[in-house]
Amino acid sequence: MKYVDEFRDPHKAKVLLDNIIDIADALADDQQRPTYIMEVCGGHTHSIFRYGIENMLPPSIELIHGPGCPVCVLPRGRVDDCVAIAEQENVIFTTFGDAIRVPGSQKSLLEAKADGADVRMVYSPMDALSIAKKNPDKEVVFFGLGFETTMPSTALTVLQAEADGVTNFSLFCNHITIIPTIKAVLDSPDLQLDGFLGPGHVSMVIGNQPYGFIAEQYHRPVVVAGFEPLDILQSLWMVLKQLQAGEARVENQYNRIVPEYGNRMALEAISKVFELRQFFEWRGLGSIDHSGVQLNKQYSTYDAEKKFSTKTVTIADPESCQCGEVLKGAIKPWQCKVFGKACTPETPVGALMVSSEGACAAYYLYGGDRIDALQVEDDIEELRA
Amino acid sequence: MNVAEKKPIEENSATARIRQGKLVSNVITLAHGGGGKAMRDLIDDVFIEAFSNPALNTLEDQARFSLDDLASYGDRLAMTTDSYVIDPLFFPGGDIGKLAICGTVNDLAVGGATPLYLTCAMIIEEGMRVDTLRQIVSSMAVTARAAGIHIVTGDTKVVERGSCDKIFINTAGIGVIHKDYQLGAHQARPGDHILVNGFLGDHGAAILNARGDMQLSCPIESDCAPLHTLIQSLLQAAPNTRFIRDATRGGIASVLNEIAETSRCAIEIHEARTPIRTEIKGFCEILGLDPLYLANEGKLVAVVPEAETAAALAAMHAHPLGQDAADIGSVLAEGRPGRVHMQTSFGGKRIVDMLVGEQLPRIC
Repeated sequence: MKYVDEFRDPHKAKVLLDNIIDIADALADDQQRPTYIMEVCGGHTHSIFRYGIENMLPPSIELIHGPGCPVCVLPRGRVDDCVAIAEQENVIFTTFGDAIRVPGSQKSLLEAKADGADVRMVYSPMDALSIAKKNPDKEVVFFGLGFETTMPSTALTVLQAEADGVTNFSLFCNHITIIPTIKAVLDSPDLQLDGFLGPGHVSMVIGNQPYGFIAEQYHRPVVVAGFEPLDILQSLWMVLKQLQAGEARVENQYNRIVPEYGNRMALEAISKVFELRQFFEWRGLGSIDHSGVQLNKQYSTYDAEKKFSTKTVTIADPESCQCGEVLKGAIKPWQCKVFGKACTPETPVGALMVSSEGACAAYYLYGGDRIDALQVEDDIEELRA
Repeated sequence: MNVAEKKPIEENSATARIRQGKLVSNVITLAHGGGGKAMRDLIDDVFIEAFSNPALNTLEDQARFSLDDLASYGDRLAMTTDSYVIDPLFFPGGDIGKLAICGTVNDLAVGGATPLYLTCAMIIEEGMRVDTLRQIVSSMAVTARAAGIHIVTGDTKVVERGSCDKIFINTAGIGVIHKDYQLGAHQARPGDHILVNGFLGDHGAAILNARGDMQLSCPIESDCAPLHTLIQSLLQAAPNTRFIRDATRGGIASVLNEIAETSRCAIEIHEARTPIRTEIKGFCEILGLDPLYLANEGKLVAVVPEAETAAALAAMHAHPLGQDAADIGSVLAEGRPGRVHMQTSFGGKRIVDMLVGEQLPRIC
C-alpha cells in the first residue's frame, strides 16, 4: 500500500532498532534500571502489539501503556447512564463499536440491546444525526466519546443539527481532554517515567504547543508519534536521544500530519460548542479537574444529560481490579490480581480488557512473548486455559 | 469418482406430481406458509420450477437414495447442516442463496466428501417480495447446478413480520467420503505446511462495505464459491493431507487456532506470505480491523505434509479457485502447544489468538 508500506520496512526497522538498543543499553547501565517510556495513546498501544514491537525491544527499555484509550477510562457510572438512557422508550442510542461492550455496574450496552433497547453502532456522529432525521418520532442520542481526536466531528455534528433544525438529536458527552490527564499522570506519586510518545491524532487537532509544560516543568522529553511501526520506533529513538543528551524537548515525529499549532477549524468548532467541566471522573484514575468537556449553554438543548436528567453515580471498581495502577505503569497488566482469571476479553472486569487498545486486552491477545520472558508463562497459560 | 462422473438421480416414485401451481401474489403472506393451495402454488412455481429434479419433483416427505450408488463414491457418509442469515441479502459477489449452497457444499468437501444432495428449508418473513424470493432461489439453483449437487427436499415456513429478518435459509447436505481420505485437525504434526487457496478477508469486507454504514467506496467482492473440485484436486495431488477447513466466520485466525489446539502443536505463519488484497488491507486500516479475523466464503486452510506441499500448491495453482494459493507457514516442532504466532513483515512477532466476540471498529 502506497504511503503505508514505506512505514513498515523491516530493513529500516533493523537500523532503528540497533540504534535504540545502543542508547537504551547505555542508559540502563548508567541508571541501573530500564528506561520507562509511556505511549499515551491507545492507538499506539494497539500498533505496538499488532506489529510485535514490544517483543523487538531490548529489556533496557520498557513501554508503559498509558491512559489514552477513551473506552478504557470510561467510569462505570457513565456506562450506567448510557444504559439508563438507552432503555427509555422511544430512544435510539447510537455508539461507536468498541464502546458497546464496556461493562457498567449492571450491564453493558450490548446486554441492554439484547434486553430490547434500541442500541445502534455508528461510524461517525453524522450517522447518528442521519438516523435522527429519519426517525423524527424518536429521540436519537449519540454517545460522544474520545479525546480531541473525535471531539471536532461531534462538535460539527451538533452545529449541523442546529443548522438543520433537528430537535430530536442529543449528545451524551463523555469527551475528555488530554493535557490535564498527562498532568495527572505526571503528578502521580507512584509514577516512574522517563519520557513520552505523544498522541498523534490528538496532536493533529491541538498541535505540539500544549505539551511544552511536560518538558519545561517536568523535564521529560515528548515526541509526538505516528502510528505506523517505523513511526513508533523512530519516536522511541528520538526520546532516547534526548535522554542521552540530558535534554527535554517537544519534538514532532509525525510532522506529515501534525501541524505545530493544530487545526484551526477543528479547534474553533470545539470551542464554539464545548466548555470544560469542573471535574470528570476517569476509570482507575479518579476525578481529574478540567479533564472533561460538556456542551456549553448555547447548545444545552442538545445535551442528553439535561434531556434525560442523568445523575451519574460514582461506582468504585471491584477491589480486585487494578486498572488504575496499570494505567499509571505502577504494575504490568499480568500482575493485576484478576488478569486472565476473572478478567478476560470475554468477561472484562476492568475496562482495560475491553478495547483492543486497552493494555490488558493487548497483553492478553498479543503479549505472550514478553510475559514468557518474565517467566510467568505457566501461570498465564493456566489462567488462559 | 469425481463430480463430473456423478450418476443422475433416478426417479424414486411412479407418482411424480403433475400439477403445476402458479403463484398469483407479488408478496409473500402468511397464507403461503399455511399448508393450503397458496403454499402449493409457491412450492410449484418457485421451488420446483427452479430446483427441478426427479427426487424433489415427487414431493414425498423424504428423498430416497440407493445405497449402492452412495457406496460407489466411498465408504463413509458425511452429513452437515448450516443456517444462513445475512444482511444485506444481496452483496457484491453473491447473495444469501449462493451462500446457502456454497457454505454447505464446502462443509462437506473439507472433510474429503463428494457433496451429493442438499436439503433447503426457508423461513420467510411475511411481506417479502416474490421477485426477491425468486432471485434468491434462482441463485441457489444456478449455484447448485454448477456444483453438480441436487436439492432433493425442503421446507417452507412463513412467519409474521418482525419475527425474522426477511429470510433465513437452512441447508443440510449429504456427501460420501472416499476411502483413502482421513482428514482431521489432530493429525497436524511438526514440519507440516499451512496452505491457503487465495486472498483472505474478501467476504467479510464485502459484507461490511455492502451495508453502506461506512460510505467507503471500495470495489470488494465476496469470494463465495463451492470449493469441492479444488479440494478434490488438492487431495489427489497430496493424498496425505492432514486437514482441510474452510475459513468462514472468525477467519483463518480461528481455523489456525483450532488446528493448534487440537493437534497440541504450535503454528507459525508469515505475514509477508499471507495473501491479502491491498484494498482489504486499506479497508481494515481505516476501520481498525484485522483481516486474519474477517470471514471468507471461498477460502480454505490445508495442513499438508512437507513432502506433498509442492504438489498440493501446484494442484491448487492449476485450479481457478486456487490461482493465488500460498504456503503461509508451518506447524512447529518447538513452541508452546496450542499457540499460533505470526512473524510480521516488519520483523516482529505476535500471537494470533481466537477472536473474542465480534470484531468491532475502533474509535480512532
